[in-house]
Amino acid sequence: KCPGRLADYASAYVHRRIPGGPGKLTLLCDANTDGSFLVHHFLSFYLKANCKVCFVALIQSFSHYNIVGQKLGVSLTVARECGQLVFLEGLKSSVDVFFRAQAEPHPLQFLREANAENLQPLYEFVREALKPVDDGEAAWRCPVLLVDDLSVLLSLGMGAVAVLDFIHYCRATVCWERKGNIVALVHDSGDTEDEENNILLNGLSHQSHLILRAEGLATGFCRDVHGQLRILWRTPSQPTTQRDQSLTYQYKIQDKSVSFFAKGMSPAVL
Amino acid sequence: MAAVATCGTGAGSTGSVVAAGSKNHVTSFQRRGPRASGSDSSYSRLVSIAGTRPSVRNGQLLVSTGLPALDQLLGGGLAVGTVLLIEEDKYNIYSSLLFKYFLAEGIINGHTLLVASAKEDPADILQELPAPLLDDNFKKDFDEEACNHKTAESNIKMKIAWRYQLLPKMEAGPVSSSRFGHYYDASKKMPQELIEASKWHGFFFPEKSSSTLNIEPCSLTHGYIKLLQFIQNIIYEEGFDGSNPQKKQKNILRIGIQNLGSPLWGDDICCTENGNSHSLTKFLYVLRGLLRTSLSACMITMPTHLIQNKAIISRVTNLSDTVVGLESFIGSERETNPLYKDYHGLIHIRQIPRLNNLIYDVSDVKDLAFKLKRKLFTIERLHLPPDLSDTVSRSSKQDLAEPSKLLGPGCGVMAGGKKHLDF
Repeated sequence: KCPGRLADYASAYVHRRIPGGPGKLTLLCDANTDGSFLVHHFLSFYLKANCKVCFVALIQSFSHYNIVGQKLGVSLTVARECGQLVFLEGLKSSVDVFFRAQAEPHPLQFLREANAENLQPLYEFVREALKPVDDGEAAWRCPVLLVDDLSVLLSLGMGAVAVLDFIHYCRATVCWERKGNIVALVHDSGDTEDEENNILLNGLSHQSHLILRAEGLATGFCRDVHGQLRILWRTPSQPTTQRDQSLTYQYKIQDKSVSFFAKGMSPAVL
Repeated sequence: MAAVATCGTGAGSTGSVVAAGSKNHVTSFQRRGPRASGSDSSYSRLVSIAGTRPSVRNGQLLVSTGLPALDQLLGGGLAVGTVLLIEEDKYNIYSSLLFKYFLAEGIINGHTLLVASAKEDPADILQELPAPLLDDNFKKDFDEEACNHKTAESNIKMKIAWRYQLLPKMEAGPVSSSRFGHYYDASKKMPQELIEASKWHGFFFPEKSSSTLNIEPCSLTHGYIKLLQFIQNIIYEEGFDGSNPQKKQKNILRIGIQNLGSPLWGDDICCTENGNSHSLTKFLYVLRGLLRTSLSACMITMPTHLIQNKAIISRVTNLSDTVVGLESFIGSERETNPLYKDYHGLIHIRQIPRLNNLIYDVSDVKDLAFKLKRKLFTIERLHLPPDLSDTVSRSSKQDLAEPSKLLGPGCGVMAGGKKHLDF
């Protein structure tokens, strides 16, 4: 069986299976490969599902996500204009914050500071972006926070604990209070001894409901199989009843989609 | 476009517009109008900038790195708005040569240069740029050399090893029809009049280190802060970020930063493992922010082999767009290894960005070696000679395992493998 839109299936499955409805933390992780296709997928998935999305995009520009989004069938510009998408463009904002003193606290304030303690301004930004609109009619479905990626925050001087605190605060607001979802990408640095990154990754893995891990193939580069995706369902609220389940698929990324297949069943091999 | 105007002022900003009732029946994702970020400005205006061409894959504007062979490996060239990180070879011989090719290409194309170094005065660096090779002179020499090679890859149909005929050939000589990349003669210097006619800005850290900072102290080292301010100043003053709409002729700013991360910049990550681990990464982040919002391209050489804390190297790689590593054989045991006798070193394409795309151009060839011939820097697929005798194979098998272990993790972001297939 080749589920084409695998990650849709995974997220929908998670939402149905765990009682209490949405309010999930999904962790995206990549090891020895580029997992950004997962970010693009979730962005287009939630926009198409009519959710209100706050996207903290730290690693690429708005136009990059927009162009890829158009290939996947959503327009970020339209979404941003009508208020469905709140987009924090990290690269562009960092230039503003770094070179000009800002009048009000900026979400990326920590770039100017020598020893920033926490990510509170960033949390305030997220909370403000996803606060409920009280004009009577609910325009959008559940709010979603998407972060690409959290490992960059470590490179910019924040400690792993500060980033974990930030996610904790966001969970309290977005997942519990507003019944929304959080999707965040963290790189797995493997054996490069990045202690802070390992702390962050382990801490988040422990709290996530769903982990999607894109890995490079153990045997190296292959033109037809770009990597392997491991899906791990976790039920942190019910530790005794159900055991964690996991599935593994191999994938190939194409221009406008990603195709998944069972291990060893790549169309190139069959 | 009349149809678009009737859609109302709400749709006036950039992006996709549903052009209802248009005669041309355009789809709803029609991009029109210029945008703030340099790489997305209107297509026709950008193509006219000298020394650039759009990528065949996604229309991204590319500039040449100065080495056509490297351009080919990077999917056509270096994308405007991105950072190319060169991991220096041990004695900084070939990486500084690549640096000079990059700057020389800028001069030939009329781009503005920004040269930053903590070791050499930029004016001296510019004096030592290689001279461009004119097509007619080069062709004579190239033909001479081509005759000397025994061409197994001639047009004779192969009978036994016929699969090799299907492999793509790597371009080694100048393609006279394209004006995109140029070839340079490393033994001659760039003519003085070309250097004087070019527009360049130099940042020599020892000269600038004394002036005061007007920014709050953050975790960046002094040198990096000053360099960022210098770059931002040039971009703003000369309108590379589109802030000056009066300028009719757009141009590219080529930024070259040498030996970033070395102690000469005031950074201690090459000296100790517990150095300032955020200074360099923060610098790269803000630099990339500057590049993404302007018409510029940057090449950085970094002595990564000196960085003590390996975590920093992986963070630096994640923060750069394209990463190429050079490994020269000088001084290593490989210099005398018969396997590598034709080459001067290995070149590893560690990372290629996926810009505006889910997929990217990646070369199928992972084992690449370079050599500096009399005049030309060539990059070729690493050819291993066949095992002909028992003794040869015994010693070479060990050596084969070594590079493939090195090449494995260095295979770029597509997939890294630790186990190599053992036949």
